[in-house]
Amino acid sequence: WDETHFGKMGSYYINRTFFFDVHPPLGKMLIGLAGYLSGYDGTFPFQKPGDRYEQHNYVGMRAFCAFLGSCLVPFAYLTVLELSKSLPAALLTAFILIFDTGCITLSQYILLDPILMFFLMGAVLSMVKCNSCADRPFSASWWFWLSLTGVNLAGAMGVKFVGLFVVLLVGLNTIYDLWDLLGNLSLSLVMFGKHLLARVLCLILLPLALYMAMFAVHFTVLNKSGPGDGFFSSAFQSQLIGNNLHNVSIPEHLAYGSVVTMKNLRMAGGYLHSHWHLYPEGVGARQQQVTAYLHKDLNNLWIIKKHDSDTADLSHPSSPVEFVRHGDIIRLEHKETSRNLHSHQHEAPLTRKHFQVTGYGINGTGDSNDFWRIEVVGRKAGKLIKVLRSQVRLTHVATGCILGSSGKTLPKWGWEQVEVTCTPYLKESPNSLWNFEDHINPKLPNISLDVLKPSFAEILLESHMVMIRGNSGLKPKDNEVTSKPWHWPINYQGLRFSGVNETDYRVYLLGNPVIWWLNLVTIGLYLLIAVSTAVTLKRGVQLRSELKELSRVVLRGGGQITLGWLLHYLPFFMMGRVLYFHHYFPAMLFSSMLTGITWDTLLKFCTGFLSPSTTARKVYGGGFLALILLIVYSFYLFHPLSYGMVGPMASDPSSPMAGLRWMDSWEF
Amino acid sequence: MLGFLKNPVVVTAEINVNLMALTVIGLISRLWGLSYPRAVVFDEVYYGQFVSLYMKRIFFVDDSGPPFGHMLLALGGYLGGFDGNFLWNRIGAEYSMNVPVWSLRLLPALAGALCVPLAYQILVELQFSHCAALGAALLILLENSLITQSRFMLLESILIFFILLAVLSYLKFYNLQRHSSFSGSWWFWLLLTGVACSCAVGVKYMGLFTYMLLLTVAGLHFWHMIGDQNLSNVSLMCHFLARALALVIIPVAMYLSFFYVHLTLLYRSGPHDQIMTSAFQASLEGGLARITQGQPLEVAYGSQITLRNVLGKPMQCWLHSHTNTYPIRYENGRGSSHQQQVTCYPFKDVNNWWIVKDPGMQQLVVSNPPRPVRHGHIVQLVHGITTRYLNTHDVAAPLSPHSQEVSCYIDYNISMPAQNLWRVEIVNRESDTDVWKTILSEVRFVHVNTSAVLKASGFIGASLPEWGYRQLEVVGEKLSKGYHQSMVWNVEEHRYGKSQEQKEREVELHSPTQMDINKNLSFMAKFMELQWKILTLKNEDTEHKYSSSALDWITMDTNIAYWLHPTSGAQIHLLGNVVTWASANVAALVYTCLSLWYLIRRRRKIYDIPEDAWQLWVSAGGICVGGWAVNYLPFFLMEKTLFLYHYLPALTFQILLIPIVLQHLGNHLCRSLLLKSMFSALIVAWFSSVYLVYRTFSPVTYGEPSLSVTELKDLRWKDSWNILIRKQ
Repeated sequence: WDETHFGKMGSYYINRTFFFDVHPPLGKMLIGLAGYLSGYDGTFPFQKPGDRYEQHNYVGMRAFCAFLGSCLVPFAYLTVLELSKSLPAALLTAFILIFDTGCITLSQYILLDPILMFFLMGAVLSMVKCNSCADRPFSASWWFWLSLTGVNLAGAMGVKFVGLFVVLLVGLNTIYDLWDLLGNLSLSLVMFGKHLLARVLCLILLPLALYMAMFAVHFTVLNKSGPGDGFFSSAFQSQLIGNNLHNVSIPEHLAYGSVVTMKNLRMAGGYLHSHWHLYPEGVGARQQQVTAYLHKDLNNLWIIKKHDSDTADLSHPSSPVEFVRHGDIIRLEHKETSRNLHSHQHEAPLTRKHFQVTGYGINGTGDSNDFWRIEVVGRKAGKLIKVLRSQVRLTHVATGCILGSSGKTLPKWGWEQVEVTCTPYLKESPNSLWNFEDHINPKLPNISLDVLKPSFAEILLESHMVMIRGNSGLKPKDNEVTSKPWHWPINYQGLRFSGVNETDYRVYLLGNPVIWWLNLVTIGLYLLIAVSTAVTLKRGVQLRSELKELSRVVLRGGGQITLGWLLHYLPFFMMGRVLYFHHYFPAMLFSSMLTGITWDTLLKFCTGFLSPSTTARKVYGGGFLALILLIVYSFYLFHPLSYGMVGPMASDPSSPMAGLRWMDSWEF
Repeated sequence: MLGFLKNPVVVTAEINVNLMALTVIGLISRLWGLSYPRAVVFDEVYYGQFVSLYMKRIFFVDDSGPPFGHMLLALGGYLGGFDGNFLWNRIGAEYSMNVPVWSLRLLPALAGALCVPLAYQILVELQFSHCAALGAALLILLENSLITQSRFMLLESILIFFILLAVLSYLKFYNLQRHSSFSGSWWFWLLLTGVACSCAVGVKYMGLFTYMLLLTVAGLHFWHMIGDQNLSNVSLMCHFLARALALVIIPVAMYLSFFYVHLTLLYRSGPHDQIMTSAFQASLEGGLARITQGQPLEVAYGSQITLRNVLGKPMQCWLHSHTNTYPIRYENGRGSSHQQQVTCYPFKDVNNWWIVKDPGMQQLVVSNPPRPVRHGHIVQLVHGITTRYLNTHDVAAPLSPHSQEVSCYIDYNISMPAQNLWRVEIVNRESDTDVWKTILSEVRFVHVNTSAVLKASGFIGASLPEWGYRQLEVVGEKLSKGYHQSMVWNVEEHRYGKSQEQKEREVELHSPTQMDINKNLSFMAKFMELQWKILTLKNEDTEHKYSSSALDWITMDTNIAYWLHPTSGAQIHLLGNVVTWASANVAALVYTCLSLWYLIRRRRKIYDIPEDAWQLWVSAGGICVGGWAVNYLPFFLMEKTLFLYHYLPALTFQILLIPIVLQHLGNHLCRSLLLKSMFSALIVAWFSSVYLVYRTFSPVTYGEPSLSVTELKDLRWKDSWNILIRKQ
């Protein structure tokens, strides 16, 4: 399954080839490192799920992920112990995480999620530890936990952007903390300043520095050109060894007769591209497609010609070189197919209000709709046009529209390349700006263009923009059945990890339903308890001291955990990208901790009414034992899900798992 | 009995002349020359068509919001005697004589005008001085963008009116709370809050955010009440129930009633029918109802049916087959079974008829009594005209190679057996023995041999090439991941087959259906469906000449040209009062900074202002800054096309903040008399600049007088404004 993704990226690190992914690099770097240390040589192709590993040494990477995944249990145990000061609560949480089939499955394979959850829980644990050190600020352990929080935050952010939510959680907790300190009048303003500074240092500056260092390592390690080049701007590519822009020497000024590629300036914009295929019937005029293509390809080459004369005389070696100037009217001929870049008043395939752009004409003879005015942004008429550095706008002479790329992906007939249109709205945006990247003209002297080198900050910004675009580009296709956030807590549908057919070895990612439904019920229960406690306290009812302690745990500890759950769950409802079941797992960790705390409170509260202490203890212990036994038994039932099953599908009544298919939507 | 003889009947009336004057001026400013221009202005072209549909009682679906706003506009048309006969196709088209322009635009204009006194009252209820209240009302009065927006058949002014009304009535209610709980006026204002909230939500979904804000405020206030030890538990409970009734139950009921009226008014079928399910369509007069009227309800063995795909995207279509076969080889070299094509066809056709057959029997007619088909039964589907069986097998489908091809089986005597048994699964069944019902039942067909599910691959571009006549592809989906509408079908037309012979049957298939049975959806079912469609329907167009991003609004970097006179340079723009917008931003900034400052100082037990002034400051800010934030920030998360007018509700709240901040500054920061008088002088100067800007821009607000080219160029204060200048 996704091992093909992340395993492959690990290999890229080992081979030092540049690639592009929508997640920040830390997770994949760690996988790469683990692979490197365990002797994996980065040669396995990771082509499709289900391929055998043969003799490749992959165990190191899996073991690394599994180790991080198993760290979650002690982390959760310690967090709950710190929050509730109750051993049974912590034990219950630990049991839940140990015996949840979903957590086991997720941490067994080469995936980013165990790494993310490791850092996430690490951050929560160190934050909680740091809170409990609050009575002796600036002590060694205080500094240790505070800076560890920062380190973990950087780690979480560096694996996936979901880490942002735990940053938010820690941030809110810190603000609350500081607000508390501010109200403490025995603390002088200087002391408060020290507190503030310490937190800024450990929770903002330290993570930021680490995060940037991560990217610095990422860019230094990956210094060879690879499959991710086309996503980045020309300046960026000039940094990569093996890229045709590395140490490039090309003619500096654009001239007629030059062969060029044009890159859209939108972040992650493609090259202007055309190919022999025509637009299908019903989509504008039935002429040759023009698209934007993210990869390098011979079909990206265009020849610049004068609008009124053919190039036959220009290509003649003796004819003088004539440069293209700002404001000139030109014609662009596609090199492979000899068609001209053309636009007309037909609607574009996807963006209906724009005009369609096509390739038109035979062997360079077209009509007046092939004329484009070339303009450089912020330049006066008559100036030359620089390769790479000039930002160019192409205005269609006949209709006055501007050549642009809408960023939408064409359907199958367009090979899922990006739509190119001519927009009649004259708004300035990078969508409609282009630069020339390759430039071949034998008659001009080549000049080395080292000046392009972008600064680290620019690289950082650009790679983030590309990642964000990539993330928002992961839209579900029209008819795909996708997982919805409301499916998750009810364990509505799992995710097939490997194996489809009856004879395959199948692994299915699905939470242990007993645990998940227990978690779900507990959230409701917790809300009920929390509201009633809060109202009771607000009404000024005097409570006994143990009850007071309990209510503090419920409101403060439980509140923190609930906040974490909300922060890791609710934002998914607003996300437009494709969502998967495993996105819920960070929230599930919080929800399991909440279960531990809530049941502990509930049982303690119940035993509070039973006066003889022996019965009370019996009920308390018995309750916990029942819960834990339930969890263990359900794990025994469902363990084939994560450790793999062979045999007929569960929808077949003869399968041993048929009785466990409690919901029709499960497909194991 | 005769008490009035002893004590004379006295009516004491208290009239706030300020308020009266403001209302009158507000009315004048909004109603002046209301029927000019007598042409379609901007989005009137959009709302107008719905008014026409209301007048003609034709059903429609509008994804931009709930129907209450449209109904109010239509009420204006109804009162003006509009017959709905106008073609709303072009902005700037002249209205014909039958269109009562004045009464169509009256309601929005009235709502806009009443915002002025509402603003005054809100400030008074927030316990600021009458002077500040007057200022707020004047600022609203002189805000060009609000004037423009209220003078046409648009919904924003109505929305703003209801939002302000809700805020005002909540404040009135809250101020009454202290001394006269559960009195008549207490109840009145509480109920009015709920009603106004539901009206706001009913006009546009934006109103939801203000509703949430008020709910939060009410919740906070109630939380303070819980802490009040003087109140008994019982009276707390009463308070809680009263609030729940007025602020939750009544709004929900009102919201439902809007839809009830909407559905009662619109009973004729119309242009948006096909978005809805067959059951919904059948409940409308004309259209599908005419066909389905009198069909037998229960599908039986031998029934002749047409099957409609429930998804209805990219267009509605029916399961179809025709004598042509799949090509032996596709363009890309893959092979097919060369059997008869099965497609999904977007038009009614005799080839859409299928016959339900019992695999165990040969006959294709309904026995007497009919044997109904139930959930889980295994059937064969026979194509009516060609009498071939619906079949699927392990051959890749033409466009989606990972799914199975669906065909009508032809026996070529090669090793490809017929696999034509399908299990009927009723998706929306109530019990496992449910009968398959016409129109109402949504059915999946699960292939018995391969457990593939019959599916119309409804993605864009799913139409087959030339050989399939560009009809839509139908496949057997092997990996059916849960429920998806593309895999669900319902019977639309239905009759019991009677003819044994193929020839007779063809004649029968061509003849229209008849027989008698009646089915009506309940209101709740209709409501749920319509609501769901409104929320999930997506418009494709995401770009517009005057669309803008939310960030442009604060600084008013964009405008919208509403109308241009066909010959002269007279034009109407949505363009705000620059001074007001800038001051509103400054006020919000000052408020935030000052509040932070006070808050931090108070935390250190340093009190800069008296406690009651602080309470006022907080509650006023909570309403105004909160109102601004909830009406503005959500736009950053929205992916739809945004326009400047979306900002107007937020702007209204921001404007209310200006006098609040000014009064606070005057009262608490200007300590000396000299400072105070300087401050007042500044305010007067600033106010006159507001008025001057209003005067300057009023030609493009009211659309008259017509301006010359140079005057227009002078009005272009920002380069990003798009003022239309006619080429000479």
